[in-house]
Amino acid sequence: MSRIEVTDISKTFKDTNALTHVNLHFEENTIYGLLGRNGAGKTTLLNIINNRLFPDSGTVTLDGDTLTENTAALSRCFLTNENNLYPESMKVKNAFKWSQVFYPDFDIDYAGKLSKLFELPQKKKIKSLSTGYQSIFKNIVALSVNVPFVFLDEPVLGLDAYHRELFYKVLIEKYAERPFTAVISTHLIEEAANIIEQVIVIKSGQIICSKSLEELLASGYCVSGPAAQTDSYIQTKNVIGTESLGGLKTAYILGIPDPDMPAGLEISRMDLQKLFIRLTDMPESHS
Amino acid sequence: MKLNLDQEKPIFIQIADGIEDGILTGAFPEESQIPSITEFSVNYKINPATALKGINLLVDEGIIFKKRGVGMFVSKGAVSQLQKKRQDQFFDHYISKLIDEAKRLNITSGEIIAMIERGFTQ
Repeated sequence: MSRIEVTDISKTFKDTNALTHVNLHFEENTIYGLLGRNGAGKTTLLNIINNRLFPDSGTVTLDGDTLTENTAALSRCFLTNENNLYPESMKVKNAFKWSQVFYPDFDIDYAGKLSKLFELPQKKKIKSLSTGYQSIFKNIVALSVNVPFVFLDEPVLGLDAYHRELFYKVLIEKYAERPFTAVISTHLIEEAANIIEQVIVIKSGQIICSKSLEELLASGYCVSGPAAQTDSYIQTKNVIGTESLGGLKTAYILGIPDPDMPAGLEISRMDLQKLFIRLTDMPESHS
Repeated sequence: MKLNLDQEKPIFIQIADGIEDGILTGAFPEESQIPSITEFSVNYKINPATALKGINLLVDEGIIFKKRGVGMFVSKGAVSQLQKKRQDQFFDHYISKLIDEAKRLNITSGEIIAMIERGFTQ
C-alpha cells in the first residue's frame, strides 16, 4: 500500500507561522477532507507536499522516498490550486495535451467527455474562463490524470449549485470505478461531508484533529433542553461550545453521553459542520 | 427511495432502511437486481464505502445476496422476512413514541384506541 508521510513540517512567512510541526499521513484509496478556516494553512500544506514550496524544516515522503525535488515520486501526485501553472494564453484543449506529456496516464478522452458534461469550451483560452470554469477546468484535469494521490484545493470555488453537485457525482463515480486517494481542501463542509472518510482539521497552522469521520462524529454529542437543566448536566463535562435561544440551551460536548439522561434533556448527534465550527472556534489554549 | 441525509441516523443505516422500504413496497421485487454500489453512491453523493456498509447489513441478514461479477439481488422470501423483522420492531419504533407523546398531551389509552380504530376504518 502506498502512503504519503508528512513529518514535522514547519513553515514561516516573515513573521507568520504558517505551519507548525505538522505530522500527517495519507493512505491509498481514501477520500480525505482537509478542513480549516480561511488562512489556516491548507494551501501552504498542499503546496509543500507537492514540492511547490519548501518547508523550513520537516520531510514529506512517498513510500519512504522524499517528495522534495523528486520527479519520479512527484509524478504519482497531482495538485490543483488557485495559481494556474499553465501559460495564460494556452487553450483548454492544448492544456489537456500538455497534461498528457507530464502525466502519461492522463486520459484525454475522459477529459473531453467531462468537458462536454460541464459545458467547458475547449477552444477557449484558460485565462478567459470565468472563476467557476477555471475551477471546472482544474477539476477535469485532476480527475483525468490517473495518479494515486490527487490533491484538490478548493475544488468548488466559484461553482454554482448545479456544477458542485455534478462535480461530487463525477468524483464518486471515478473513485468507485478506479479508486485513488483524493484530498479535498474546503471550508464548505456540508456538501462534502458524506463523501469524506478521513477528516483533517487544521487551525492556525496546526493539525488539531486527524481521524475517521465516524470516529470524529462519535467523539461528541449535543445536549439541549431548558437552560437550568442543561447547565447542571454539563458542569462535569468537556464542553466545547454552547448556544442559547431564549430559555433553551444547546451544549456541544466531547465524550460519550450518560446512559441515563436527566428528564427534559435531549441528545442529538453532532454533525461535521457543527463540530468543525466548534473545534476551530475554540481559543488557542483549549485546543 | 428517498434519503434524508441531515437526519440523526447514520447514513449507512438509512441506505439499508431505504432498500428495505423499496423491497416492502415492491420497488425492488424479490429475485430482482438492485442498483450497484456505484449507482447508490453517485446518486446520493455518499462515499462508496458507506453504501457498501449499508448494503452489507442486508447481506448479513440474508435479505440481499451477491452474485459474483453480476450484481446484487433481493432474496426469495425477503418480503416476509422483513415484515417479521419490522413487526418485532413495531412496538419500539412506533408505539412507545406514541405513548410518550400521548402522556405529554394527557391523552388516555381509551382515546388512543378510539383514534386507531377510526384510522383503520378510513
